[in-house]
Amino acid sequence: MSKPRLLEQKFLDYKTSTGFWLYLMTDCVLFASLFAIYVVLQPATAGGPSSNEIFSLPMALTETIILLTSSFTTGLALLALRQRNVRQLIVWLGVTYVLGVSFLTIELSEFAALVGDGHSWQQSAFLSAFFTLVGTHGLHILIGLLWLLIMVVVIFKKGLSAKVTRQLGLWGLFWHFLDLVWVFIFTVVYLMGAAS
Amino acid sequence: MTKRQTEQRSMLVKYILGFLVSLTLTLTAYILVAGQAFSGTSLVLIIGGLALVQMLIQLVFFLHVTDEVRPRFRLVSFGFMAVILVIVVAGSLWIMYHLNYNMMDMSGQEKNDLMTTERDKGF
Repeated sequence: MSKPRLLEQKFLDYKTSTGFWLYLMTDCVLFASLFAIYVVLQPATAGGPSSNEIFSLPMALTETIILLTSSFTTGLALLALRQRNVRQLIVWLGVTYVLGVSFLTIELSEFAALVGDGHSWQQSAFLSAFFTLVGTHGLHILIGLLWLLIMVVVIFKKGLSAKVTRQLGLWGLFWHFLDLVWVFIFTVVYLMGAAS
Repeated sequence: MTKRQTEQRSMLVKYILGFLVSLTLTLTAYILVAGQAFSGTSLVLIIGGLALVQMLIQLVFFLHVTDEVRPRFRLVSFGFMAVILVIVVAGSLWIMYHLNYNMMDMSGQEKNDLMTTERDKGF
């Protein structure tokens, strides 16, 4: 690539990733309001179970470690992307995908168990806030996984074009960010919930 | 090594370091809660602090905020978001705590009963 083209490319990369970063910041504000709602409504159990009765800490720890590892493998994928090593890139994206799916499976089975025991979002304000906060994060994870699947299909069809490279960078930011939000869900909902 | 290779090597080191430190912080917080070494406010403050440290670690090692060149739009927008976040969360807690305080005539059980009857009325 000629030098002006390369500079143009770099500028476009910077512009899009900064724009995407601004979206992530607004998403943080969304999560901040959901956290505020959760913390305020946590004592409002309306005769139902409280936070130290229904959450399983080992399960939450497993979810945390899975998501943290997937954030790490995302980093390795982005590194392989920089080295233009397609095979390694696909492997790390695949590992991330499997970890993401297992995270979502554990979360959904936890939700199903709670609803099965009669502790659905209709029981108390506390449970409504819990399902909204954790469910919104889970929805983000689902969107991230679909996005990842689409990216892999595009890589197989078109190879590592400049556009795909840029979009994978954005996806990486998104996934790292979701892990960061989960750190606070793990701490505020599960750890502090068990401690109170 | 070329400049490109050293850059990639340092990126790999950052990811591994960030992963190991985050893992350690997570396990420390978990053990503190599971082992019940502390209780009440001090425990909440300690695990809250550990989460904040992990946030900083991940911001630096995974999201590379410190690698950004001037003007640091990402860092600035993150700071603005953090201000909004603190206002929303701390403000809500502050106001709702005082709202509960002003309803002191009602016991916790009475408040719970009131909410239960309101719930059973349906939506």
